[in-house]
Amino acid sequence: MKIKAHQLIESIEFKKLVRTRWTVSFVLLFFLFLNYYGFILIIALKKEWVTEKLGTGNYGLYAGASVILFSWLLTFIYVFWANRYYDQEVEVLKSKLESETR
Amino acid sequence: MESSLGQPNFISVLFFVVFVVLTLGITYWAAKKTKTSSEFYAAGRSITGFQNGLALSGDFMSAASFLGISGMVALKGYDGIIYAVGWLVGWPALMFLLAEPLRNLGKYTFADVLAFRLKQKPIRIVASVGGILVTITYSIAQIVGSGKLINLMFGLPYELAVLIVGGVMLLYVLFGGMIATTWVQIIKACLLLFGVTLLVILSLAQFGFSLENLFSAVETKFGRTALEPGGFASSPIDSISLGLALMFGLLGLPHILMRFYTVPDAKEARKSVAYATTFIGYFYIIIPIVGFAAAVLIGREQIAGIDKGGNMAAALLAELLGGTPFLGFIAAVAFATILAVVAGLTLAAASTISHDLYFNVFTEGKATEDEQVSVAKKATVVFSIVSILLGILFKDQNVAFMVGLAFAIAASGNFPALFLSIVWKNFSTLGGVFSILIGSVSATLFIIFSPTVWVDVFKFDQAIFPLKNPAIVSMSLAFISAFIFSKLFPDENASAKFESEKVRVYLGVGAE
Repeated sequence: MKIKAHQLIESIEFKKLVRTRWTVSFVLLFFLFLNYYGFILIIALKKEWVTEKLGTGNYGLYAGASVILFSWLLTFIYVFWANRYYDQEVEVLKSKLESETR
Repeated sequence: MESSLGQPNFISVLFFVVFVVLTLGITYWAAKKTKTSSEFYAAGRSITGFQNGLALSGDFMSAASFLGISGMVALKGYDGIIYAVGWLVGWPALMFLLAEPLRNLGKYTFADVLAFRLKQKPIRIVASVGGILVTITYSIAQIVGSGKLINLMFGLPYELAVLIVGGVMLLYVLFGGMIATTWVQIIKACLLLFGVTLLVILSLAQFGFSLENLFSAVETKFGRTALEPGGFASSPIDSISLGLALMFGLLGLPHILMRFYTVPDAKEARKSVAYATTFIGYFYIIIPIVGFAAAVLIGREQIAGIDKGGNMAAALLAELLGGTPFLGFIAAVAFATILAVVAGLTLAAASTISHDLYFNVFTEGKATEDEQVSVAKKATVVFSIVSILLGILFKDQNVAFMVGLAFAIAASGNFPALFLSIVWKNFSTLGGVFSILIGSVSATLFIIFSPTVWVDVFKFDQAIFPLKNPAIVSMSLAFISAFIFSKLFPDENASAKFESEKVRVYLGVGAE
């Protein structure tokens, strides 16, 4: 059965899609904040954690690169989720829309 | 070490000429494909996610990143790394919050997104002010920097260097529009990534390909403190405020946001960010190695002797490791870097002037295709001339704070309104107008009253505003005013359109 756009956005499936989309985004954003602001706050407040020796370097030298790697990983988790789940849901919902509204 | 830096050497001029001839050839080819406004502003939406990822990297990684961060690591050690990390973390946030909705809602500029529900005229005028303020301050910082760099590298007079950068950039944008700008940025990104990778490999070869050896050489020469955080991140509130500006500033930079309209759909926009994050992340992970190697192999005194900001560290290292040919190559890469960034900024400013102000506000959407393209080209010429003149005017000024200013205005003026217009049903026209105005104006005033300008530039004893970067305060003010003015002056028309906006944001139905 084909439905109109305003019916579609009232549907449970659409609301769930929107809610899931922002939940995923904000959970990932939360980890990004934890990752980056955690890094600068540790440097500002707990400097001794990063200056501890690791080989000839220290933890801080590798922490900088790790923050970048972890941010990159978060981005790819989003892409993976969106390709796997979001795009398919969008296709399903779009196929329900009446053709003239497309 | 004797350096040939500062004398026009044959090889660097040769590399530079090859780059300019090649990119002008591309511009000639692109010019034939640039007839309509969609082709001029958005490359006819023909760019793939991978290409756009490279172009975004080329648009974003400025000479300040390449030469500035390697120089900062060389002279100050670990603090440069903290700064480098901040430049990457905006990209995931851009992915989570804006990339796909932006692509689905807009046409050519970020103001399209705001104007989808809000009243065209007021919101476009105010968004243009925010957009142009960001692009002009960012442009001046780039152009003044470029004049000084080229002066140091090739020994050309400052004014001539600025004219060359401005003139070549103008040719790209004027004749080749977004297609030429995109390809210049792609080529520049490839050259930059290649150049820095080669520099890192050659540097590490001096230390037996071991980071351990490099770190212990740094420690032997400069002591343990070079590997440890110094004064850069000592005040938590200041660091967080700078972090917010770097992270959310990216989400309000007009020249970055407009790149998302060059791809066909939201899925490609998503891919663009994934590729861009990969390239830019790689770049910021390896660039500190260049800085540390330069400090050990050349020495801080000699680096600072040529330029006290350390900007010549990468160039000196290239000369030491690969002789004059490699110095020439790195100098040409730095030149290409500046050109690509300035071209992106100019195109963004021109599309704001012609698409937002002329087409949507002045003619109320009635101008023909030809008129739009013609105004866009005139706007390109005017913006270029203004930024070249300002670049010459600001020659001896300290403009280092201007990049910070551009990011602070972008984070406080443009981002909050853009984000709220996507997620908040009751966001109203006046809420948007005041959010942008209060965010941009407060960010600008706080920067003027901050220690960076009030004390360092104007030489007063005491700063009026205590933080070096105002984002934590000005961004909050923008969100609060968006909330208050939306509540005080609701906009029923805007709330009613939220339904159709949702279908477009989440499903991409009706997106251009």
